[in-house]
Amino acid sequence: MTSANIATSLFPTRSPLRSFFRRNFRVVLVYVILLVLLSINIRLNERFFTPPVITSTFNQSMTLVFAGMAQTSVVVSGGIDLSVGPIISLANSLASAVFVDSAVGIIGTVVLVLAVGALCGCINGIIVVYGRLQPIIVTLATASVYSGLALFLRPRPGGFVPRPYGDLLTTRISTLVQPWFSEQSLANTVVDYIPASAVLLLIVLLFVWTPFRRSRLGLWVYGVGSNQGAAYMSGVDVNRTKIAAYAMSGIFAAIAGLFLTAQTLSGDATKGGVFTLQSIAVVVLGGTSLFGGSGGVAGTIAGACVLPVIRSILFFGRIDPLQQPLWEGLVILLAVAAGSTRTFTIKNRLDILR
Amino acid sequence: MSLATDAPAIEAREVNKHFGGTVALKNASFSCQPGSIHALIGENGAGKSTLIKIFSGVVAPDSGLLLINGQASTIHSPADAARQGIVPVFQELSLMPQLTVAQNIFIMNPPRNRLGLINSKALAQKTLQFFSELRFEHIDPNALVSELPLAQRQLVEIAKALSRNPRVLILDEGTSALSIHDVQLVFQVIRRLRDEGRSVIFISHRMSEVDQIADTLTIFRDGKDVGAFPMGSVRRDEMVQLMIGRKLEQVFPPKLKELPQQTVPVLEVQHLGWEHVLHDINFTMNKGEIVGLGGLDGQGQGELLFALFGLLRGLRGEICVDGQPKQISGPAAASNAGINLALIPEDRKTEGLILPMSVGDNTTLSTIDRIARFGLIDRKREQASIQRTIDRMQIKTPSSRLPARNLSGGNQQKLVIGKWLLTEAKIYLLHDPTRGIDVGTKQEIYQLMRQLANGGAGILFFSTELSELVGMCDRVLVLYEGQIFRELKEEEITEENIVSAALGLEYTNSAERTVSLSGTTHS
Repeated sequence: MTSANIATSLFPTRSPLRSFFRRNFRVVLVYVILLVLLSINIRLNERFFTPPVITSTFNQSMTLVFAGMAQTSVVVSGGIDLSVGPIISLANSLASAVFVDSAVGIIGTVVLVLAVGALCGCINGIIVVYGRLQPIIVTLATASVYSGLALFLRPRPGGFVPRPYGDLLTTRISTLVQPWFSEQSLANTVVDYIPASAVLLLIVLLFVWTPFRRSRLGLWVYGVGSNQGAAYMSGVDVNRTKIAAYAMSGIFAAIAGLFLTAQTLSGDATKGGVFTLQSIAVVVLGGTSLFGGSGGVAGTIAGACVLPVIRSILFFGRIDPLQQPLWEGLVILLAVAAGSTRTFTIKNRLDILR
Repeated sequence: MSLATDAPAIEAREVNKHFGGTVALKNASFSCQPGSIHALIGENGAGKSTLIKIFSGVVAPDSGLLLINGQASTIHSPADAARQGIVPVFQELSLMPQLTVAQNIFIMNPPRNRLGLINSKALAQKTLQFFSELRFEHIDPNALVSELPLAQRQLVEIAKALSRNPRVLILDEGTSALSIHDVQLVFQVIRRLRDEGRSVIFISHRMSEVDQIADTLTIFRDGKDVGAFPMGSVRRDEMVQLMIGRKLEQVFPPKLKELPQQTVPVLEVQHLGWEHVLHDINFTMNKGEIVGLGGLDGQGQGELLFALFGLLRGLRGEICVDGQPKQISGPAAASNAGINLALIPEDRKTEGLILPMSVGDNTTLSTIDRIARFGLIDRKREQASIQRTIDRMQIKTPSSRLPARNLSGGNQQKLVIGKWLLTEAKIYLLHDPTRGIDVGTKQEIYQLMRQLANGGAGILFFSTELSELVGMCDRVLVLYEGQIFRELKEEEITEENIVSAALGLEYTNSAERTVSLSGTTHS
């Protein structure tokens, strides 16, 4: 009997689909919630399925998506990063200070900003690991430092951001590739519905997140988050793994900052702050446990899209803008609570606490 | 490298270690030959675990010499120990629950493709193949460790250690949660290691296992080795005497002369069922009785205790206490007056104690509302309760203010029991209370159980150790596939009968199977 045969004969009752749903219940749930909210949104605004609206919805979500990915990489390692927002601000301020209007200048700036993000993350990780300090207090302090640096670089909003850079990230794919299709217009074709930011997200997922998640390092990050004592006993270099998780967070936060820069076409040292707490909210919405060890960006991405969609619904539903935070909060509470409904089906009371 | 062939695979000479004021090892020596299964026994707190932690690089000795293959050596970390071929399996499970079985086992060296990305399919395949070599095929490589029962987790732990190709494998209570069948699987594997010239250091409080597997024996007492022998050269009572430093009078306290005849049993269970795990369970328990629960691993024994303690939802059937039907909605309700149940849980570290809290606070945790007046804790009464418990249970601790984590395993278990004694329960549910604790403490727990029973309590006693069921119980209920398969009384309570019932066999023709499965069980 080959080992494959043994596998099928021994575990016939464990259907892969069922086991997928059981393990990823919260992730599936956040996508269901997102779909429900989207369909409400489409009812209120029949122009939703047009290329400009889709593109702007994506653009409004994308900074938070990247901020959520930053938070996710630290949370799965069992930590938390309160400096995500300030690193976004710092990236935004730095970019607006050094941008030069040439291809080389733009690429150089992007690389520099990414490196600074990674460095900020590394510093967080090194202090957490070697200072033996609580992540929440370390990143609270470094958050302040990074905010200060951002303000130093950009005391007043402004600075220079090359127009083509902004267009590249926030326009539609059709606009970008139109020059190659001079004979036919791409308007109202499928390509027209694809925002450039969606392609950027795909590239980041494919070339940054996936290599991280599927590398040995990624496995170690989840292992450390799951039980760091066990990881240590297994021979995992827990310190370096944690530092790497924070560095990943810094890189994603820098990407978020670069996208924010493209979207606003200016630098502002105070724009990133709101993303710290929002990033934690979308991580939880996306089904990643704050205790670490499980979850991932699939849920986070959906979670990050939920917030702008709620705002859009409130806007088109003509809700008083002053009441928006109230409704936003209630919807988030409801969504998180829905993720806990499974506790009612648990038959062993002790399992609820586990 | 030309090494003397008779150099020990690993050796400690005159090693000292203290933690704060506590001396863990003083001038302790130990050596293990290649191609040997070397048992290390001693009471809890005798220094075995510390020695093992030194070998595996978790703690560094204060002084003394470590030799690997006859060469002086240092071991800096668990990773360093593994590089030198020393791989421990610890009593505290050291798996990562949210990772899959396969990811846990090959976390240091998962199969990767050319881009350095982990190939999940190859990883599962590799694990499957490895499991079939070990005959652990019943474990799904793709299951999350958190989804597995305790016994399978322990097997995974052992498999993980084996995957690192150890020259010296250390099993520290590595078989304590395993059923007889699984223990035999593990024994086959470690015999193979021995035959390949590797060494196994085997720590277990199950003496029958030590008898069965070890070829050499070192005994530790009070942080020092007090003797090393070839197996079989010392008698069991001499071993025990060396371990505890005194003569062991009688292993089990006397049983009831005759089963009590009462009209109203303290506990009566009728047609109890839960999910697919328990089916139509019927039994009664009288005051003063110790009723054993036997059976192979995972036949519903644990769930039965949970059901009685109110931990399970959606129960079928009826539970009567003192003849009154009761709805038990949870531990708080179970320990209340009128029901008065106490559960000594399986895992003292997570369910029995709150480890960072002090010994004192743990003691009064379940009874604090009785000590409190107007919602405020009466410190004097609290202190009195704590002192009474420490004295009664003979818990060895310098102060009741120390965190419970600092106690040794046996003392932790005594603390768990002491906590529940304060509730003055009528019914005690014991979930393998002697798992992983030393002979001396076991004795104390046996005596205490009988005292409680003689004082009028009913005790439902689930043990994975056959000799305990035989020695302690007035009746034994053997579970098989969630049902009571057989009830054994008086002379019927023998290891053979329990094992044959556990396998679901009828009385006849059971003898051969029994011997082959339980190996050389000594009673």
